[in-house]
Amino acid sequence: MTDHLPVLLVVVPLVAAPIAALLNHPRLSWAVAVAATLWALYAALELLSQTMAAGAIHYELGGWAAPYGIEYVVDPLNAWVVVIVTLIGALVAPYARVSVEREITEDRIPLFYAAFILCLTGLLGIAVTGDVFNVFVFLEISSLSAYALIALGSDRRALTASFQYLIMGSVGATFIVIGIGLMYVMTGTLNMADLADRLPEVSGTRTIPVAFTFLTVGITLKLALFPLHLWLPNAYTYAPSAVTAFIASTATKVAVYLLLRFFFTIFGATFSFDVMQLDRILMPLALIAIVAMSLVAIYQENVKRLLAYSSVAQIGYMVLGISFASVLGLTAGILHLFNHALIKGALFMSMGCVMYRVGSVRLERMHGLGRAMPWTMAAFVVGGLSLIGVPLTVGFISKWYLVQAALEQGMWPVAGVVLLGSLLALMYVWKVVEVAYFREADPELEISEAPLSLLAPTWVLVLGNLYFGINASDSVDIATRAAEMLLGALS
Amino acid sequence: MDDRVILRVGAKILIPFILLFALYVQFHGDYGPGGGFQAGVIFAAGFVLYALIYGLGNVKKVLPPRAVYVCSALGVLLYAGVGYVTMALGGNFLDYGVLAHDPEHGQHYGILLVELGVLITVFGVMVAVFYAFAGRRRVDT
Repeated sequence: MTDHLPVLLVVVPLVAAPIAALLNHPRLSWAVAVAATLWALYAALELLSQTMAAGAIHYELGGWAAPYGIEYVVDPLNAWVVVIVTLIGALVAPYARVSVEREITEDRIPLFYAAFILCLTGLLGIAVTGDVFNVFVFLEISSLSAYALIALGSDRRALTASFQYLIMGSVGATFIVIGIGLMYVMTGTLNMADLADRLPEVSGTRTIPVAFTFLTVGITLKLALFPLHLWLPNAYTYAPSAVTAFIASTATKVAVYLLLRFFFTIFGATFSFDVMQLDRILMPLALIAIVAMSLVAIYQENVKRLLAYSSVAQIGYMVLGISFASVLGLTAGILHLFNHALIKGALFMSMGCVMYRVGSVRLERMHGLGRAMPWTMAAFVVGGLSLIGVPLTVGFISKWYLVQAALEQGMWPVAGVVLLGSLLALMYVWKVVEVAYFREADPELEISEAPLSLLAPTWVLVLGNLYFGINASDSVDIATRAAEMLLGALS
Repeated sequence: MDDRVILRVGAKILIPFILLFALYVQFHGDYGPGGGFQAGVIFAAGFVLYALIYGLGNVKKVLPPRAVYVCSALGVLLYAGVGYVTMALGGNFLDYGVLAHDPEHGQHYGILLVELGVLITVFGVMVAVFYAFAGRRRVDT
C-alpha cells in the first residue's frame, strides 16, 4: 500500500467527499471528514519521511509512463506543503463540528463537509502532481469548493465576498491555463520535468516570456500578492470561522508553492530571475505589501478583517524571501509557509471561539474578554506574539532567516522594512489585546469560556507555535533541503 | 403550456432521441468524439427540455431532487471506485489493463466505467444547477 501513498493521499479524500454528501447527516458527515483528514495527515507525514530519506517519489497514474501519462512526484518541497495542508485540515475538521453547528444551517452541514474535503483534495492534488494541466484541474477543484465554503458564511455579505473571489479567482485560473497552454504549444509537453528540459530551447521566442507573464499574474492573484489581494479581506472576514482558519492557513500557501514550482523547477531560476528579472517586480510589491497592508490592518475594527490584512502582509514576507533567489531567502520563504500556517491557524481559530460565544468578532464586542475567555484570549496573545516575531515563537525564526537573507545580499533597507513590519504587527495585535484585557466588560453580558472541542485544536496550534519556535531544527532542515533542491535544479 | 400542442408533441418525440443520443455519445466515446462529460450534459438537456415544456413539478416527479443529489455523488464514487479496484488487482490507480485477462479489454472496460461515472456526476450536477435556478422564487413579483 505504501507504493500507492502519493495517489491515496489525494483519492481517499476524493472518495470521502461524495460519501459525506451521501450520508447527509451532520454528525456522520463530520466523522467522515475527520477520518479523511487524519488519513491525509498520516499519508503526508509518511511521504515526507520517505522523501527525506530516499529522494523524490514518482507515481504513474494508470500505469502510463511520464511524460505521456500523468505523474505524481513527491519531493521535500511538496511533501512539506502537503504536511502543512493536512496538519491544518486535521485540526480544523474536529474544530469544525461545534463551530459549524452554530454558524451554518443544519441541512447544509453535510454539504459543508463535502466541500471542505473536496477543497482539501484539490489543495493536495495541486501539491503532489507533476503535471501542469493536472495542477489546473486541482486548482479548480479547490477554488470552486472554496467559493462554496465562503458563501456559507452566516453574514449575507459572505455571498458578495464569495462572488468577488469567484471572479478574481477565475481570472487567475484563466491566466494560469493560458500560460500552460502557451508552454504546451511551444514544447508539446505538460510534464513538469519534461517542460524544464525542453523550455530552454524555446525560451528565446516571444511566446515563452508571455506564458511566464500570464503565469506570474495568475499565480500572484491566487496567492493574494499586493495589489492583487482585493478578494482576500472580504472572503476571510465573512466566511464561517472554521473555513477562514482552513483557507487562510492553506490556500495561499499552496499558491506560493505553485510560484516556487513554476519559477524554479519549470522555468529555472536563471530564466526567471536573470532573464525575466522577476525579483525587480516581486521584491518591491512584497515590501509594499508588508508596510501598506500592516498599516491598513491597524485601522480595522473587525478582528477577522484585521487578521486578513495581516495575512496579505505576511504573504509579502514569503514572496520577499523568494525574491532573493538565494538558498537562505528561499529557506526563509518556505519556512514561513509552515510558520505562518501555524500562526494564522491559531489566531483565526481563537477568533472562531470568540464568534461561538459572542457572535461577533468586532472590537467593540470584545471588551474584557481576557477575563471571560482566558484560554481563548491567551491563545490569541501567543499567536499575536508569534505574528510579531518575538523570540521563542515561530514568527521569530522566519524573521531571523529573512533578515539574514537580506543582510547576506547587503540589502540593509530591506532588513529594515522586515523589522518595521514587526513593529506594525505589534500595533495591531496590541489593539486587540488592549480591548480584551484593559477594558471593562459589559457587566450585563454573561460570557463563558469556549467549549473544549474548539479550544483543544486551537491550543495544539499555539503549542506548535512555541515548539517549532524553540526547536526549529526539523522545520529548518526540511526548508533548507527544499531550497537547495529548487536552486540545484537549475545549474 | 396546455395549448402549445406543437411544443408538447415535439418535445415528446425529441426527448427519447436526446437521451438515446446521450448514450451513443457515451458509449461511442472511445472510438469517436464524445465521452462522459458531453453525454452527461446531453442527458441532462433531455430533462431540462421536459421541465421547460411540462413544468418543474412534473419533472421532479420523474427525477426527485434527492435522486439528483445522489447521482452527483455516485458518479465520483464509481470513478474513484474503478481506481481502487485497479489498485486492489495490483495495478496503479486507474491502470485499467488489470481489469481483464487481456489488457486491451481491460482498458476498454475501464474507460467505459470511468466515463459512466463522469456521465452520472455531470448529469446530476447539471440538473441540480437547473433545479436551483428554476426553483427560485422571483423577487420582483
